[in-house]
Amino acid sequence: MGMPRPRFLAPMITAVALTVSVAACGSGGTEASGQAGPGAPAEKIKLTVALFSDFHYAPLYEEFKKTHPNVEIVERRSQFNDHHTNLITQLATGAGAADVVAVEGGYIGAFTPSPEKFHNLKDYGLDKRQGEYLDWKWQLGVSNDGSSLMGLGTDVGGLAMCYRPDLFKKAGLPTDRDEVSALWPTWDQYVETGKKFVAADVAGAKFTDGPGEHFRAMVEQAPVGYYDDQYNIIAGTNPEVRKAYDMGIRMIEEGLSAKLAAFTPPWNTGIAKGTFATMVCPAWKTGTIKDQNPGEGAWDIAAVPGGGGNQGGTHLMLPKQGKHPKEAAELINLLTSKESQIKLFKEASALPSLPALYDDPAVKDFVNPYFGNAPIGKIFTDAAKALKPQKVGPKAGDILKAFGDGLQRVEQGKQNPEEAWAQALKDVGRIK
Amino acid sequence: MATRVPERLAEAPPGKPMGSRRRAVRRHLVHQLDVKGSPYAYVAPFFLLFSAFGLFPLVYTAWVSLHEWTLLADEQPFVGLENFRTLLADDYFWNATFNTLSIGVLSTVPQLLLAIWLAHLLNRPLRAQTFFRVTLLLPNVTSVVAVVVIFSQLFGRDFGMINWMLSWFGVGAVPWNEGVATSHVAISIMIMWRWTGYNALIFLAAMQAVPRELYEAATIDGASEFTQLRRITIPMIKPTIVFVVITSTIGAMQVLAEPLLFGVYTLTGGVDRQYQTLALFIYENFVKLDLGYASAISWMMFVFIVVIAGINYLITRRSRGGLV
Repeated sequence: MGMPRPRFLAPMITAVALTVSVAACGSGGTEASGQAGPGAPAEKIKLTVALFSDFHYAPLYEEFKKTHPNVEIVERRSQFNDHHTNLITQLATGAGAADVVAVEGGYIGAFTPSPEKFHNLKDYGLDKRQGEYLDWKWQLGVSNDGSSLMGLGTDVGGLAMCYRPDLFKKAGLPTDRDEVSALWPTWDQYVETGKKFVAADVAGAKFTDGPGEHFRAMVEQAPVGYYDDQYNIIAGTNPEVRKAYDMGIRMIEEGLSAKLAAFTPPWNTGIAKGTFATMVCPAWKTGTIKDQNPGEGAWDIAAVPGGGGNQGGTHLMLPKQGKHPKEAAELINLLTSKESQIKLFKEASALPSLPALYDDPAVKDFVNPYFGNAPIGKIFTDAAKALKPQKVGPKAGDILKAFGDGLQRVEQGKQNPEEAWAQALKDVGRIK
Repeated sequence: MATRVPERLAEAPPGKPMGSRRRAVRRHLVHQLDVKGSPYAYVAPFFLLFSAFGLFPLVYTAWVSLHEWTLLADEQPFVGLENFRTLLADDYFWNATFNTLSIGVLSTVPQLLLAIWLAHLLNRPLRAQTFFRVTLLLPNVTSVVAVVVIFSQLFGRDFGMINWMLSWFGVGAVPWNEGVATSHVAISIMIMWRWTGYNALIFLAAMQAVPRELYEAATIDGASEFTQLRRITIPMIKPTIVFVVITSTIGAMQVLAEPLLFGVYTLTGGVDRQYQTLALFIYENFVKLDLGYASAISWMMFVFIVVIAGINYLITRRSRGGLV
């Protein structure tokens, strides 16, 4: 009985000792960052940064370490949806969140009602940067009650309309991007152009992929979307939503739609083979198109109808669980600075959220040879500049899905427009 | 030592017979404990794990289902059976139940018939027997995600291979994932692809236990191949059939990955919920962090499975009398 006991005990003791020492480290860290801060520069600090893809931050971390030699930065990445649902779970259970988290525009409304779960960036002097930002981008990072600055914006997803010059030529429409932009200052004119395309009867091609993304863009262009100022859901009564829905229905009834839902494999094939001639195109969708390899110049980029728009774009936020908010705040200040954003635009085509950069030649004169040398820097920043801020509520994504499904039910001939509208409202009503 | 010995000696005279009796009693107890108790100790690991990962979640889910429980809210008020009341009045729940049963029947029945037939074909002297048996199992070891992704492409509307082949016979492009019937058929085919071979192997194992003499006698009597299958093989492997029916039924009640990934990642099983199964309905509400409601659905699904398993149990008992 002599031997087994120590053998069993040793790991136990080690484990307990480790737990205690880790806990000690943890609480020590709090004290240091909470009170001592700059007084204890020698203390080793580890910051974790949770992202949902490669943001090309590695060189910027090195830059940060030059001024903060005691800070070690560990980046972890997970898949887009997992990243956000994990974050919700980590906040709810009070453990496991990184020091710095990326939150994408589609999800940010789920977090802004809970400022108590995040550090207030005003406490670290970051509210002084408000003047640099696009107004709507800045507002997205403010808590719903306005009390707390929860996130700093990184990039934006300015909106455009991608189109296929070859199909436009077959339909007898102009192919030059400025002339194409001039065809559709409004969504009405976009549908009218679509009717001309249908009349020309181009073999094997529809005018557009499906009405879902158009609906989304139209609602987001309106001053008020699914939520009112007090974050009540008003999707059913807001005439802007109904207007966008009716426009979607018109696109279906006029035969403009290829009946393809975005981001499905057949939709990908459609991009490559050109089974539809236009689609709503946030800046990052140019990458999606290129991945399908439709060929250089197959797609070109024109302005989006309705004047500007945005889809996506990210904020960096600091969960309350983080022990080193001061250093983390300094880090995100660096990651979102003018110098960093211009580097990231060149490096990763991330469109800056600081309008001062839009006149920088690196952005303004940037052309993409894959899209017929389209000046994408200018097109997408014009769209981002034109957007007005809108209150984005916590369940905006679910509400959008309810209406998108409704449009598709009409498209698939399962329901008439009124039935689909009624069911969409019922689905919205179920959202808690 | 020196002081303790006299003490013991002093106690010894009255204590000695009692001490040995006590020792005997103790030895008896230890023996009894060893015989009666140690089997429990041997099975304990399973039950401990089961309690932690099976029983506790089951009970805790029941507890959660009685609350308005969302992950982000700070408090979870007790609502009694409110979640179940909402659930029974929820069209989407009954829609999911119908879809589950429909896909279950469409996939299980042809699957088991096919499995018996395949097992019967393999239950004879063949060249490269192992090759065929391993081949049967291959679809089952393939990742379900890979299977669904590939089948979704085969069932594609515009560029899918199945529609391409149908077009030879003048059939127009079928939007497989849009209709109720078409989507159920497509999903059932995916399930069958994965599980037919697996079930065939179980049947094959049972068939190999059937005495050869029965077939020899039947052959001499002039019974055809099909008659032998119907009159000898199937009655002889009936317990296995019942086992496979029950496991397949339970599996069919829990289908999740196929409808989740069919065509496009969708929590609602298509825009009209045309192929949303019960498991997917649970998952949808779970992802919405509405844990109370998701738990209530889970318990209803548990009840359904118990009822269906119970029906199968009754069939087992009845059919036992008819076996050889």
